[in-house]
Amino acid sequence: MMDISDLIKSISLFKPETTLIVTFMLAMILDMAFKKSKNIAGYIAIAGLVIAGIFLFQQTGVNYKAFANLLVIDSFGQFMKFIVLMSSLIIIVFSFFSNELHNAHTKLGEYYTLIIGMTFGMFLLVGSANLIMIYVAIETMSISSYVLAGYTREVKRASEASLKYVIFGAVSSGIMIYGISILFGLTGSLNLFEINQFLSVNNVATLPLLLSGLMILSGFGYKISAVPFHFWTPDVYEGAPVTITAYLSVASKAAGFAVLLRFFKTGLLDSVPGTSEAWQLLGNIDWHYVIAVLAVLTMTLGNLVAVWQTNMKRLLAYSSIAHAGYLLMAVSVMNDNGVSAVLIYFVFYMLMNLGAFFVVQLIANKLDSENIDEYNGLGYRSPVLAVCMTVFLISLAGLPPTSGFIGKLYVFSSVINSGYIWLAIIGVLNSVVSLYYYAKIIRNMYLRDVESAKTKLVFSPVTIAIVLMLAIPSLLFGVYFTPIVEWANYSMNIFVGN
Amino acid sequence: MLGTMNFPILTWITFLPILGILIILLVPSGKDEKGQELSKKIIRWVAVGITFVQLILALVIYLNYNPALAGVNNLKTFQFVEKMSWITATLPMVGNINIEYFMGIDGISVPMILLTAIICFVAVFPSFGIKKAVKGYFAMYLMLDLAMMGVFCALDFFLFYLFWELMLLPMYFLIGVWGGPRKEYAAIKFFIYTLVGSVFMLLVMIGLYHSTGSFNIIEMMNAANFRGDSIFGGLNTTIRYVAFMGLFIGFAIKVPLFPFHTWLPDAHVEAPTPISVILAGVLLKMGAYGMIRIAFPIFPDAFGYFQTLIAWLGMVSIVYGALCALGQHKVGKRDFKKLIAYSSVSHMGLVILGLASMRPEGTVGAIFQMFNHGIITAMLFMIVGVIYDRAHTRGLDDFGGLAKKMPIYTGIMAVAFFAAIGLPGMSGFISEVLVFLGAFKSYPVLTIISGLSIILGAAYMLWALQKIFFGVLPEKWQGPWDPTRLIYKTDDVNGLEMVALIPLAFILIFLGVYPNPILNLMTGSVNQFIEIMKPFVYIGGL
Repeated sequence: MMDISDLIKSISLFKPETTLIVTFMLAMILDMAFKKSKNIAGYIAIAGLVIAGIFLFQQTGVNYKAFANLLVIDSFGQFMKFIVLMSSLIIIVFSFFSNELHNAHTKLGEYYTLIIGMTFGMFLLVGSANLIMIYVAIETMSISSYVLAGYTREVKRASEASLKYVIFGAVSSGIMIYGISILFGLTGSLNLFEINQFLSVNNVATLPLLLSGLMILSGFGYKISAVPFHFWTPDVYEGAPVTITAYLSVASKAAGFAVLLRFFKTGLLDSVPGTSEAWQLLGNIDWHYVIAVLAVLTMTLGNLVAVWQTNMKRLLAYSSIAHAGYLLMAVSVMNDNGVSAVLIYFVFYMLMNLGAFFVVQLIANKLDSENIDEYNGLGYRSPVLAVCMTVFLISLAGLPPTSGFIGKLYVFSSVINSGYIWLAIIGVLNSVVSLYYYAKIIRNMYLRDVESAKTKLVFSPVTIAIVLMLAIPSLLFGVYFTPIVEWANYSMNIFVGN
Repeated sequence: MLGTMNFPILTWITFLPILGILIILLVPSGKDEKGQELSKKIIRWVAVGITFVQLILALVIYLNYNPALAGVNNLKTFQFVEKMSWITATLPMVGNINIEYFMGIDGISVPMILLTAIICFVAVFPSFGIKKAVKGYFAMYLMLDLAMMGVFCALDFFLFYLFWELMLLPMYFLIGVWGGPRKEYAAIKFFIYTLVGSVFMLLVMIGLYHSTGSFNIIEMMNAANFRGDSIFGGLNTTIRYVAFMGLFIGFAIKVPLFPFHTWLPDAHVEAPTPISVILAGVLLKMGAYGMIRIAFPIFPDAFGYFQTLIAWLGMVSIVYGALCALGQHKVGKRDFKKLIAYSSVSHMGLVILGLASMRPEGTVGAIFQMFNHGIITAMLFMIVGVIYDRAHTRGLDDFGGLAKKMPIYTGIMAVAFFAAIGLPGMSGFISEVLVFLGAFKSYPVLTIISGLSIILGAAYMLWALQKIFFGVLPEKWQGPWDPTRLIYKTDDVNGLEMVALIPLAFILIFLGVYPNPILNLMTGSVNQFIEIMKPFVYIGGL
């Protein structure tokens, strides 16, 4: 029941999202008004994101169920929204330097607008505590992303990517909404809090609950590209513009993981006291194992297939599937340590993955190819870029002293602390496999075709500066990560909006 | 005494190479009036300077080290300790995460620090022959130096692991960029093998952290610090055995112990000379050091359980390595470097056998053998490098009668060869005798079998010596060596090579006659180490 004071408070807490809507409209209108300025919508988008960021920052410490329990505003959501916001910001900056986009279109107004639209969808998804809200949010972000994936529409593979994305998206949404309907039939509610209360009082049949959970999971799995819902990932990642590929691999995953965690913790957590170590989940279903199996499948498939890739975007696509697997490993332990590991991992993952994609974009700008052989001799043709790429790759492989290692350390730490030794062993063996394909790129950069050193590749100082801005923190957080850990711990401590 | 002063000497000796890397990266490329690249010259001498200062610091540590203080599991008796908080954060479930910057040394690490400083200094000179991407080479070289030194100084597991992994990437590049024809294969093989070992170490490290609430290696040695309900709590549990094996395999890959040794011949054959020197001289020692510092004292019960297996692995390595080295005289292309690589497997097996004996004399012998093997193989690889630089081949069949052409070289080489065989009067003899003395009491049969391998060792070494130096000098080497390589003014060893080789030869002979300067360093610590292990292990009596 929504009373007026709740509404007023909710609206005031909805400021970041409202800002995004206003930005969305402003960008569209001003882009039409100022026809000459190519990137005007981009600048407005950046301004809008910064303002939304300030409003988001003001919500520190707030714990509130807004709009009659439709949305939850809490520090967990705030953390994930920051990840989404930061990636949107970085992606818009990347887009300024993308030849691919600028060659395909004279104006990029809709492009920036749609990124804001997608950010809005993800903000909603991160905060939603109602199954219908989750569905609407997923669709909001998906529709923007379908268009963005096919944005360079003259490029054949981009159109193909977009179409595949739509079809797979439609199927998984369909399955998800079917699962939602089953859960609604079982519990009589769409609200996660009410579902939780219903389940903690009543016994429901296990099979339908399992079925509906799995179906809902397929919707989330699609967003985080977990095996077996990953089929769209390589093709879409390869076909979409690099900037959008990078965006999907970070922001969209962050939102997916946020809703996944919230679904389990808010919807299914048994809130009986004395269960602080591992969450006791309602309904007699061992979700730990379901997620753990998903994690093993996801990382193993991602890593093994990545070994054979020769296109950088595809390689990074499979690598991002593998990373989803590592993250799922932390989710599978189903306790607060796991949540904090996911949060910590995402900060580092954002830096290193976006960095790697930006290098791919810069190389594609110059050489018009994403083939791994184009990286031959890069260490001599553009030393700074190659060193930064090496940092990103080493970080993705999870070797010290980079931040990727710290992320892995926390993930494995949460897994071992919960006693899933077998899972941890599979995880570390996977990271050995991953080293092989990351090292392949390093090998090409430094060990192959040294003669090409004569033809230097020169990049503008601004782009080099952007790469450095991602590479230096990737290294620094590897030796000093206290602030990130503190922030993540603060954010997971107050998680349920009760 | 310096140890009580506030000068953070371990930090300096470890992180000094960073200074070198910065200088090297900032040297602008330019040519002098003769058209020679000045920057290369500067970079080389910066590396010489940095490693020389490191050597001086190592000597200062050696001179100020007090052998009466044992260390090992007693924090109070560690020396030159530097301890400060590095990463602290509050985790809700586990309590505080607390990683310390914690360095300190005892009698086990001092010989290793000395060895690292010596090897890194002498290996700079053969590096002068590197022509390609000199800047990158020396930057990587110094980074490797830093990581190795750090491993021997760290007493916090997290810090140790950081240094341990930091070494991978420079090594990958050093083999991969500056190596021989199959460098790509050798480099990635080294990388993957070592990483497999270290990821298991990572898991055990995390488990130990959750069990003790700290990364402090010394605290992990005390069973009282383990929470009873934690995964590594208690003694003689299956999970402790598994964890011990995880650590042991991680370190055994580095040693390398049979059957984890297959990366070594490839890495050695493809690596450039100075990197082979470092690989054999220092890197392999890190494996055995890790066992003494971490795996054995933290899991003494599990060590006791696997003791016989470890002794067996040591014996098999000794015999198998020797046979493989001998096999280099039989099959296909006879490669000088491969011969030495397999002899390394054999000699490091001796270290493991000595450690498995768990007797003071065996353990002292093992550590001394680590030191000696470092010096001896470093010398051997440099010797191979000398003829490879001149003849561009390492095939044993390509040579003969070099004694007439290179008399000084032959003399130096004879010293190294006889030390490797374990001739009395050379340091290798002392350590072998100590190892066998200790091992015989615990594992007489294994020791007798291993002892026979000494004969095999003599066979392959003397064979190679004979092949290269005696007989007829092949026609193609009759004239002067490769005239395109102007840096060699004489046919015989030149000054630069002498600077690297003579001190090592001197150390070998000096320690062979008077080993006390090194042995005295470690006896106290080794006795302490045996005290920790005693309740859990089998010690044969005689």
